[in-house]
Amino acid sequence: MTSNTLPRPAVPAVQVSPVSQRRVLRSEWIKLRSLRSTALTLLAAVVAMIALGMLVGWATNAHWASMRPEERAGFNPIDRSLAGVNLAQLAIGVLGVLLITGEYATGMVRATFAAVPRRLPVLWAKAGLYAVVTFVLMLVSAFLAFLVGQHFLASHGTTLSAPHAWRAIVGVAVYLTLVGVLAVAFGFLIRSTAGGIATLFGLLLVLPGIGQLLPSSWQVHTLPYLPSNAGSSIFSAHPDPTALSAGTGLLVLCIWVVVALAAAAVVLKRRDA
Amino acid sequence: MIQARRLTKRYGEKVAVDDLTFDVQPGMVTGFLGPNGAGKSTTMRMITGLDAPTSGSVTVDGKPYAELVKPMQAVGALLEARAVHTSRSAYNHLRALAATHGISRSRVDDVIDMVGLQEVARKRAGGFSLGMGQRLGIASALLADPRTLILDEPVNGLDPEGIRWIRDLLKELAAEGRTVFVSSHLMSEMALTAEHVIVIGRGRLMADMAMTDLIAQASTNVVTVRSPQAAELAAALAGPDVSVATEQPGLLEVTGLTAPQIGEHARRLGLVLHELTPRQASLEEAFMEMTRDQVEYHAHSAADAGPATTDSDVSSRSLA
Repeated sequence: MTSNTLPRPAVPAVQVSPVSQRRVLRSEWIKLRSLRSTALTLLAAVVAMIALGMLVGWATNAHWASMRPEERAGFNPIDRSLAGVNLAQLAIGVLGVLLITGEYATGMVRATFAAVPRRLPVLWAKAGLYAVVTFVLMLVSAFLAFLVGQHFLASHGTTLSAPHAWRAIVGVAVYLTLVGVLAVAFGFLIRSTAGGIATLFGLLLVLPGIGQLLPSSWQVHTLPYLPSNAGSSIFSAHPDPTALSAGTGLLVLCIWVVVALAAAAVVLKRRDA
Repeated sequence: MIQARRLTKRYGEKVAVDDLTFDVQPGMVTGFLGPNGAGKSTTMRMITGLDAPTSGSVTVDGKPYAELVKPMQAVGALLEARAVHTSRSAYNHLRALAATHGISRSRVDDVIDMVGLQEVARKRAGGFSLGMGQRLGIASALLADPRTLILDEPVNGLDPEGIRWIRDLLKELAAEGRTVFVSSHLMSEMALTAEHVIVIGRGRLMADMAMTDLIAQASTNVVTVRSPQAAELAAALAGPDVSVATEQPGLLEVTGLTAPQIGEHARRLGLVLHELTPRQASLEEAFMEMTRDQVEYHAHSAADAGPATTDSDVSSRSLA
């Protein structure tokens, strides 16, 4: 009896389950963890938060004697230690856009949507996962930046029990999380990396500057509602008098994010992949 | 089983797929032929739900792709452009796709073995050769053991060994009772793989028939006849369905009659024949003949570049 007369072993049937939001979340989690650039960019955001807290604290303390009176009046030890938020938002925003545009640029998106043809579960999974990752990392980073910053501010520093300290720390994490979700929405809306990043930071960083050119009577009714200004009123311990309250700022930024996500969802459903 | 019904896709003024109706049956390899730009990829993108039809519909196992509960089990697709993130390893790429359908890691390992990528599975997919990329694409398509496979130009750019591997794999998958739908712009390649063929040109259905019929149709058209009395013979053979061309004295190219028919005519008329050869038009010629007017981008010859043309088909073909 030769071997080729033996019956072929039955190939076990492949276990396949229906696509669900939970399974899409797992898939996106694998994707998020398996790109080195993702880890590096998140690390950059963490380092930016903590290192700037340290640097700004040290520099302020070292030059305290030479500070002008109006500078000292505007000084707030909580805001100083959290100055890294401006740098961290670049990393968080760029990565949020790239998570989506990277798939469009490489063609991966075709595999993604062939596996999940309803598409919206992908949007929710990407936005949700990135929000959770950003919030956890940035909460820890902001907390550490505060501690390190106060340490280097020495006698000019304050403690966690100071008024607004916790709101500022959590507020920074919330702001960066919302920037991250906004970036994901822009990625889906615009699909190209350069366009997505330019639009996001045009809105966050450039528009407030252009707004300064408006007549001042208009500025009051527009500038505080821009996403970055509304956002900074969430975490600022010593806010600008024209700024919104923390609660209103949070609400306004949330509206921006919800509108962007809704637009992304509509476009994603309608456009060809 | 794939069913397209009056499937149409328009991009603005341009019609990419025009009123296509066809069925792709399980249990055999169906070739999808057409020149570049004929609408093959667009049709395949509509089957897999990536593009929405402008009108008409296409279903897989009776359902539009987006309504399938386990889409990867219904259809495994390898579309023309690569669909892999270049910075991710092949293994993680497959794991991420598998996770959407709760497919186990061991199945991921199995498909990696099946396509022979064990050595490079942990390396960045961006560094893969064309052949390795195609194998990875096929591994993704096979992940959920699909009932239907759709492959867009799977042998493009492959070496002979890779081409043969894909050919054998497709036949094997079809023999297992699956629906296998493969596009190509090479007739010769399809002749070796496909049992049935659907031909399109400029988005329109040109043919939907068994490969053997297409081959039969293609190879019975021209007969070369050499005779010292060629002129008399030509006059005798001429008829409504017969055309006779003369390129040199004593030599005829007859279309519309078989060699036996011509021989019998000659005998009845008492004409001498020196040669009577049925010429097998190659499949490639048959295909080009069938789609000649449907090719979207002709290489422009000097004559084409002339401003005046009365051929309405040519003028409608000019780039919009």
